Amino acid sequence: MGDIILEMKSITKEFPGVKALDNVNLVVERGEIHALIGENGAGKSTLMNVLSGTYPAGTYSGEIYYNGELCQFKTLKDSESKGIVIIHQELALIPLLTIGENMFLGNEKRNKFGNIDWDLTYNEAEKHMRQVGLNESAQNLIKDIGTGKQQLVEIAKAFSKDVKLLILDEPTSSLNDEDAKMLLDLLIEFKKNGLTSIIITHKLNEIIYCADKATIIRDGSTIETLVKGVDEFSEDRIIKGMVGRPMDDRYPSRAHKVRGEVSLEVKNWTVHHPLYHEKIVDNNVSFKVHKGEVIGFSGLQGAGRTELAMSIFGKSYGTGISGEIYLNGKKVDLKNPQQAIRSGLAYVTEDRKMNGLILGESIRFNTTLARLEKVCTRGVIDTTAEINVAEEMSKAMGTKTPSIEQKTGNLSGGNQQKALLGKWMFTEPEILILDEPTRGIDVGAKYDIYCLINQMVEDGKSIIMISSEMPELIGMCDRIYIMNEGELRGELDAKEATQEKIMSYIISATD
Amino acid sequence: MSTKKEAMSENQINLGEFLTKNSMTIALVIVFVLFYFLTGGRLLYAQNMSNLLLQNGYVLVMACGMLLCILTGGNIDLSVGSVICMVGGMAAVMITNRGISTYVTIPVCILVGLLAGIWQGYWIGYVRIPPFITTLGGMFIFRGIGRLILDSKTVSVQDAAFLNIFTAYIKIPGLDTDARILSPLVVGIVVVILIFYSTISSRANKAKKGYRQNSALSDFGRSVLISAVLLFYCYLLCQYKGISVMLVWVVVVCLIYHFITSKTAFGRYFYAVGGNEKASQLSGINTNRVYFIAYANMGLLAGLCGLLCLARVGSVNGATGTSFEMDAIGSCFIGGASAYGGSGRVSGVIIGALLLGVINMGMSIMGIGDSWQYVVKGGVLLVAVIFDVVSNRKSGK
Repeated sequence: MGDIILEMKSITKEFPGVKALDNVNLVVERGEIHALIGENGAGKSTLMNVLSGTYPAGTYSGEIYYNGELCQFKTLKDSESKGIVIIHQELALIPLLTIGENMFLGNEKRNKFGNIDWDLTYNEAEKHMRQVGLNESAQNLIKDIGTGKQQLVEIAKAFSKDVKLLILDEPTSSLNDEDAKMLLDLLIEFKKNGLTSIIITHKLNEIIYCADKATIIRDGSTIETLVKGVDEFSEDRIIKGMVGRPMDDRYPSRAHKVRGEVSLEVKNWTVHHPLYHEKIVDNNVSFKVHKGEVIGFSGLQGAGRTELAMSIFGKSYGTGISGEIYLNGKKVDLKNPQQAIRSGLAYVTEDRKMNGLILGESIRFNTTLARLEKVCTRGVIDTTAEINVAEEMSKAMGTKTPSIEQKTGNLSGGNQQKALLGKWMFTEPEILILDEPTRGIDVGAKYDIYCLINQMVEDGKSIIMISSEMPELIGMCDRIYIMNEGELRGELDAKEATQEKIMSYIISATD
Repeated sequence: MSTKKEAMSENQINLGEFLTKNSMTIALVIVFVLFYFLTGGRLLYAQNMSNLLLQNGYVLVMACGMLLCILTGGNIDLSVGSVICMVGGMAAVMITNRGISTYVTIPVCILVGLLAGIWQGYWIGYVRIPPFITTLGGMFIFRGIGRLILDSKTVSVQDAAFLNIFTAYIKIPGLDTDARILSPLVVGIVVVILIFYSTISSRANKAKKGYRQNSALSDFGRSVLISAVLLFYCYLLCQYKGISVMLVWVVVVCLIYHFITSKTAFGRYFYAVGGNEKASQLSGINTNRVYFIAYANMGLLAGLCGLLCLARVGSVNGATGTSFEMDAIGSCFIGGASAYGGSGRVSGVIIGALLLGVINMGMSIMGIGDSWQYVVKGGVLLVAVIFDVVSNRKSGK
């Protein structure tokens, strides 16, 4: 065994209702690049947050040894003082400040009077920027340099903190291939100087390219650690480790009753980013769904699936939208969510807290909100009717709550999801778009939601399901579309779909 | 033994809940009793009680509009005082200087208030200029226009028709003579009958449908309390001139806005937008229009307030209405409207406005100067909001 810099022993971390990490072990040797892989939600980021002290010692169980010494980090500052620096997926830079200001934010270079010493700040900043090969003035604003360079600024910032162990969470997800390769080469370069890095990424080719070891996490547990040169170190081997869970009967079966009629067809749908108008989020996507059919959209985060769904749902996302929507064969133009709802569409958001429910209001209030006119006579709410439908929906969804007057903010995740589903079932949709319908909820509630989906398609409705959980798509859908980087990369019949196949579509697209 | 304990703790929870839910009503009662003794009972004189509502009538009207703005997300309208000056000034000039009929002046002036609101609502709702900045601009613009209209002079109104519409006291033939006034008591009794009728019918309705309902004691206790206060107030009005038209205006406005906010789909959208704008948008609510209407409506009510103020004071000058908006905003926050939007009720706002009014009046009767009134009002506002925030945090919201 070589010189071990970090050892995490039996780390267990629970969130209310969910065990995010279960007995996870990780051993990292000094001077290696160690990749951490797993599906979305497998627990990679949670593990790194435990390490960095974002989740303080005491909120998890297990031990962390760093340089052979037991560590109990209470804050990010504690771990940084030991030379552990984490760079998050979303860059934590402030666009309107200069590179130098960002680099020493919260850690300012002061002169003897306690004021900021700007000369020293920019001098030091540029020194670290040269280390990462960034030839910019430290006085440039962050917003004026590209994302690739911003990523380098983050690394330079890490150097300014005297980094010994660098953790990168999806460092290349926002970079183009060229910038990504440059970044990886840089990591290999630093490795020669003795820097240890942990890299979290979905891009397997990058792991093969730069990593010495790969630890695979699945469902909050460590599965295995593969070592380059010892074990088989290939994409296929890694995929097998990532998705190799046994498929048991977690999905209720339904008699397949896909009907002939197409209920929704989308043709050549293109969407641009709402702020960066030149950026294409969805490029020329075409798909259709029949009555009584469940279709799935698979892909990584940022593949453009949510954006596709929201832009179809009354243009509630994006600008410069072009393409055609046909409902039951008739061309429609859905200008806003209200029109979409009236045309029989419903979009159940992936983010129920931010975009779905009004947490300060009751189940009753939320249930009727999207189609309030149904319980109104001449604009006046019929309270009795409202209470009735809210109780009906709550019962049909199996929401566990003492009363429909309960604030939705006080419900558990699974019950919030059911309340949200109830809200959209109340609009009586013909086409129901479910965006990550089972994220962050327990197994029992998941099963209830699957049963509900089956009930809907039995009644001849159509379901579009976006999910990052491949087994869920394979278990529930009739057909699966695979998206990556805003484009449709493939279509699979659920009968012939396997996780390996789906993954290979995604991976091949990334190359 | 243990069941007894449980029952007791349940009672305590209910008491605690009762106190938090009605904290501002209780505060109003305490402040009222306090000033009753401090003023040696003069606070409760019929004339003072009558004036309490008339003096604060414009605050109540403004506060109803301000509540809608605040509901959308803690947004306020700073321009209200200036709109009052502009509209009041215009009315005074039209009637006194130009001799235009009252019946033309009133609708035109209210329309001008509405237009001011539409102007601001457009920028806030459809262009998404921050409300604070838009209405700060409006505050300067409308104040300036008001002074231009008044030509920097004080203009008074003596037109009887105009004053009658706002400040006269209602005399019902047969009930009211110069010697005795009975109409307030008759109106009071009718309202009390209505209150009891609605309580009984709503309880019967709930019982029939099997809904959970409050105990008979709390429902009827509430009705009895409200009725007692109302009848006593009517009795006082009988002793001092009777019912003012101004009072009718104020009560009607409060009732309309209470109805809108608690019973209509349209009113509910304000709560939805303030609670979670993104979720409201995805539920098919036109959030831009909600903002627009909140501010357009505020302009309309500010216009009405301009007329009320002009009638009550009898004249307008360039400084009329200065910082009136702050009274309205204060009433809303004291009355339990959330500074982040999404919650607040007209009944609460009325309590808030009355609380401020009682403090003002009590201190005036005691001969305490303006300066101290500001200190106390500010303190009350701060304490009310701190209480709201802290109690929400405790209940884990």
